[in-house]
Amino acid sequence: MNGATSTEGPLWEVFVRSRRGLSHTHAGSLHAPDATMALRNARDLYTRRGEGVSIWVVPATAVIASSPDEKDPFFDPAADKAYRHPTFYEIPEGVKHL
Amino acid sequence: MTTAQATDTVDQQADFDAVVSAEGRIEPRDWMPDAYRATLVRQIAQHAHSEIIGMQPEANWITRAPSLRRKAILMAKVQDEAGHGLYLYGAAETLDVDRGELLDKLHAGRQRYSSIFNYPTLTWADVGAIGWLVDGAAITNQVPLCRCSYGPYARAMVRICKEESFHQRQGYELLHALSHGTPAQHAMAQDAVDRWWWPSLMMFGPPDDESSHSEQSMAWRIKRHSNDELRQRFVDICVPQAESLGLALPDPDLRWNEERGTHDFGEIDWSEFQQVLRGNGPCNEQRLDQRRTAHENGAWVREAAAAHAAKHSARTSDDAVSGTATGEGAMAG
Amino acid sequence: MFLTGRAADAAVALGDDALVLSHRLGEWAGHAPMLEEEVALANIALDLLGQARFLYSLAGDEDELAYLREERAFRNAQLVERPNGDFASTIARQLYFSSYQELLYTELASAEGELAPLAAKAVKEVAYHRDHAVQWTLRLGDGTAESSRRMQAALTDLWRYTGELFDPVEGLPVDTAALREPWLASVSAVVRQATLTLPDGPDRSGWTAGGGRHGIHTEAFGRMIAEMQHLHRAHPGATW
Ligand SMILES: [Fe+2]
Ligand SMILES: [Fe+2]
Repeated sequence: MNGATSTEGPLWEVFVRSRRGLSHTHAGSLHAPDATMALRNARDLYTRRGEGVSIWVVPATAVIASSPDEKDPFFDPAADKAYRHPTFYEIPEGVKHL
Repeated sequence: MTTAQATDTVDQQADFDAVVSAEGRIEPRDWMPDAYRATLVRQIAQHAHSEIIGMQPEANWITRAPSLRRKAILMAKVQDEAGHGLYLYGAAETLDVDRGELLDKLHAGRQRYSSIFNYPTLTWADVGAIGWLVDGAAITNQVPLCRCSYGPYARAMVRICKEESFHQRQGYELLHALSHGTPAQHAMAQDAVDRWWWPSLMMFGPPDDESSHSEQSMAWRIKRHSNDELRQRFVDICVPQAESLGLALPDPDLRWNEERGTHDFGEIDWSEFQQVLRGNGPCNEQRLDQRRTAHENGAWVREAAAAHAAKHSARTSDDAVSGTATGEGAMAG
Repeated sequence: MFLTGRAADAAVALGDDALVLSHRLGEWAGHAPMLEEEVALANIALDLLGQARFLYSLAGDEDELAYLREERAFRNAQLVERPNGDFASTIARQLYFSSYQELLYTELASAEGELAPLAAKAVKEVAYHRDHAVQWTLRLGDGTAESSRRMQAALTDLWRYTGELFDPVEGLPVDTAALREPWLASVSAVVRQATLTLPDGPDRSGWTAGGGRHGIHTEAFGRMIAEMQHLHRAHPGATW
């Protein structure tokens, strides 16, 4: 993500909670001179069809991302731990509510 | 380049190719070939520019819309196009370019926008013809891009396509009302379709045998069908729609081909296409001029906002509930 | 059924305010100082147009009211018909008007009458319009030397159209004169925070014929509705 402050103002990442009970998800980005305007702009741009009940804006420069170069050490260890998933376990046929 | 680096690049290229050919998505921080990045930037920027220049021909009628219902619809539609531009500039910016830079290139005439917007909207019916034909052609082009290989672009296209279907429908409804209205209204509708039909077909780009970047773009999955394929699909969709509108498409060679199972249609005047592309369309200068003027007239506003932000950056935003956000973020862990 | 008499007049007057301001904001499409503002201004214009349509629908046919009345029959305040000018002028107009409209609709929402439900819904929209105007007034006023000069000039230019907002609107169950004090308090607080000063000239023109509430408009308004109405009028009886 590019956080440069150009003539368009800094870049903000926008997260929208589409309804109560769901978490905020990334909707996209926009430019705004400051946080207050970023919230307004996000409201106008990303929720004008009633897509949201709550918005977060985050300066794009504040997002720390895992790097794809570290892809293997970062995420591979989680891939071989099938015992974390319920489907790993064999249950005798006919046993219910498990 | 050292041998180690060279091997690295080979591996990365192999990873990239594997993801793309498995219909996976490339995301912003993934390694990607330079040419892929450059092509995407050019394509997404051109697309974004088209959305915002495309506001002009229709905005031309907001102040004259003949009913309040139509006025509201048109305003909402033109607003959507601004939104589409914003989604797309956002997608382009994930490729490490800056929106200001892209706008500068547009204003300097160094990046293109769709030639269709260099035609004038002469009557109210043109608003309908644009919705039906121009948005219709755009949708035909864009729906396949919802599955394109670059994640942010694909996601922007999903959002856009959802909104576009209203655009096309309102245009169709508008033309239907005119076509079934008074004789003067009907004539207005027919005249608009006569003028917009051929330029709409040109929106799919030059014929396949003359299209330069196609093959590589198809391999990269940032173009999913050939120009001629999409054009044919569009014609086949439009013919029955025109019939139920009660309007004629201005092509004497248009007829169903039983053997091919599609419509044959007449020769497109590619010299007009080339002329408009080169800047000789009826509105090229006007469109770019208005865009430049809006940008220049807005400079003092953008500077003021930046100056204000700099002065007040020490203070936190008065109403941003940062506490709540971080609290929950931590919980979500 | 439709409202009649003074109640209908009141609905139409407020509808005229909303329609005319919406139309002016619609003129910004494709000309805004930044792309995000294209979306913001259109949102405000659409809210206002929605209000106008609802208010007109209480009194008659919305298109007849919008397209077939002559200039002198419109009852909107002159403030909303003022041409857009630069972005500062538009923001000053928004600040003055949305501050008034918010107070008016708040009163109207709690008063008895047919307009109460509309007012209750619209007051939320208008609060957002006012917030938009406030945010920009602060940024332009306390931004650069140029923006501050422009914002001050805009506030001063439009000041003479503010007095009329507090004239009585026939048939409206609100004491509009009483809104002036809270209006002045809220507007001057914003202006002060924006490091600007509230104009001290007269807040209305010296002409006893009256203003927009009596169907007396500014020259620019005639051109505005000529443009707005010409297509509709060119096809009498047509449906669109
Ligand atoms: Fe669009
Ligand atoms: Fe569209």
